[in-house]
Amino acid sequence: MTDATVVMEKPASQGKAIWQQFRTHKGALFGLIVLGILIVSVVIGPFLWVPEKLRVAEAIMLKNQGPSLRFPLGTDQLGRDMLSRMMAAGKVSLAVGFVAMFIAMTVGTTIGILAGYFKRLDGPLMRLTDMFLALPLIPLLLVMVMLFRDRIASIIGPEMGAFALIVFAIGVTSWMQAARIVRGEVLALKEREYVLAARSIGAIPRRIIFRHILPNVVSPVMVAATLGIADAIITESVLSFLGLGFPPDFPTWGRLLFDGLSYMQIYPERVIWPGIAISLTVLSVNYIGDGLRDALDPRIRGR
Amino acid sequence: MLTFTLRRLLLAIPTLLLISLVIFFLVDLAPGSPASEIPLTVPAEVRAKILEAMGVNAPVYVRYGLWLKQFFYIEPLYAFDSLTGSHYAEGMQRIISYQTRSPVFDVIVQRLPQTLIVIGTAYLVGILIAVPIGIYSAYRQYSLFDQFGTLLAMIGFSVPTFFSGTLFIIIFAVWFGWFPTKYDTTLNVTDWASFWKQVRQMTLPVMTLGLANAASISRYMRSSMLENMGQDYVRTARAKGMSEQTVVLKHVLRNSMIPVVTVIALGIPSIFGGAIITENLFGVSGIGSALIGAIHANDLPMVQTLAFIFAILIVLFNLIADVLYGLLDPRIRYD
Repeated sequence: MTDATVVMEKPASQGKAIWQQFRTHKGALFGLIVLGILIVSVVIGPFLWVPEKLRVAEAIMLKNQGPSLRFPLGTDQLGRDMLSRMMAAGKVSLAVGFVAMFIAMTVGTTIGILAGYFKRLDGPLMRLTDMFLALPLIPLLLVMVMLFRDRIASIIGPEMGAFALIVFAIGVTSWMQAARIVRGEVLALKEREYVLAARSIGAIPRRIIFRHILPNVVSPVMVAATLGIADAIITESVLSFLGLGFPPDFPTWGRLLFDGLSYMQIYPERVIWPGIAISLTVLSVNYIGDGLRDALDPRIRGR
Repeated sequence: MLTFTLRRLLLAIPTLLLISLVIFFLVDLAPGSPASEIPLTVPAEVRAKILEAMGVNAPVYVRYGLWLKQFFYIEPLYAFDSLTGSHYAEGMQRIISYQTRSPVFDVIVQRLPQTLIVIGTAYLVGILIAVPIGIYSAYRQYSLFDQFGTLLAMIGFSVPTFFSGTLFIIIFAVWFGWFPTKYDTTLNVTDWASFWKQVRQMTLPVMTLGLANAASISRYMRSSMLENMGQDYVRTARAKGMSEQTVVLKHVLRNSMIPVVTVIALGIPSIFGGAIITENLFGVSGIGSALIGAIHANDLPMVQTLAFIFAILIVLFNLIADVLYGLLDPRIRYD
């Protein structure tokens, strides 16, 4: 090979181009910053703000306090510091969102690729997707939690049990959108020349799928994943709100809101803080999804 | 069109059967037993007889078959009897709730009006707010109104109803005291005073759900209007010298309503089922709160029947939306 005589200008990397487009979406940038702050404060916050150890008698004396320097968000009906509870709850809420989304995307992408690539599987898998879409999800989630909560808790403990069960239940009931999107993409990608070329040199389906198809369905899956986080967080808080979510000593924002409901009239802030946290998270995630959709669409990008 | 509808109806039957199977067996695994609802003072042999009469000792496939027969044959026959005064279903076993020991469908008939009045009004209010906002935001795209509307819609479907409802209760019921915090189901509307009371107690739940519905419908309305505003026929209409009002409200609106109508049809099942949160929060004793109550009380027949009714509604309105789309839009041909 001879050396190239003309030095080509290096094209901007794809990541950079996507970031350029993403930056122009004000809402998305706002969402990214807010979500970043929320994540940092629930991950690092507990190290910076260590609640003082109180004896039970002291805690009872200090219950239902308003905001003060000692307790920035006040204390709850058992004298627990609301700020550290909010941070602990946020960690669980966000973890539920991310892990449930990850399960949903894995299942959805797998089913979508199988249905799109293998014609024989298309019919049955899409019927399955349609059936899942017709299931009344909230009632079934409630039933699932009620059914398996005690059994799973007895195996891996009440806290991890609740987490595993709820994350799994949300994950396996919210993969349908991703599966449909991926299937549509794969059906189109499968007919492209480079896939034909790969097949003509004897590449086996597994290699074609992993090398040529999967990288090309990443962007729609990423958008669906972002919106999936918001859905998972809301679903989890709905379950907690109906009293079938996490136990009170392992709270999420939804659980804190549910606990605050009984004191709503006297201490409304106990409902408002977790509510604002959930709403801000979902709002910023939705905006990020919006921005990502624009940024990942090459037809919009670069205009 | 007719063949398409018929084919879809026939396809819905196996889907629904499969769903009924999933629902029945999932719920049937529940750890609680119907025996736990019988008082402990009842002697053991009486308890055994009660359980036998309830048919819970039969193998699961027998109970599934019986439940299907009751759901699709006996209950419709009962409904027919009570409408016409005939006696075809006399002596047949209906689906009995563990909680109340009365037929599940009687409970549903008692509860349904509350749900329909409150949640149905909320849906209507949502549509009535959303459609004009969507039209105007699209007509003045990127205007202040549009940007404000976009922001509000984004907030509207990001704030979950359990939080917005709680906020409304705190602000309007606790601080200002304008509306009651709880919905009183026993209120009978007989005169103007009680009617006014009914309106006041409906305001908060209707507002909560209506705003959530309005947020998403107004987005659909806006994007659908925008898609049509750039079409050639709009330019033609303007070139003919028609007034803006005619162009927007007659030509563009009619075409833009097609996808919006189907979205509205798809949302109707949620009127019956999805309002669980709102009903719970405001104490409206409708279908949604009946379901939650049944889940907490291990009332398996009630949970199975309600969940299956929701599934039927979802499948049915999906079908209706598809058919509507074909009827409203002559460009779509299914055959």
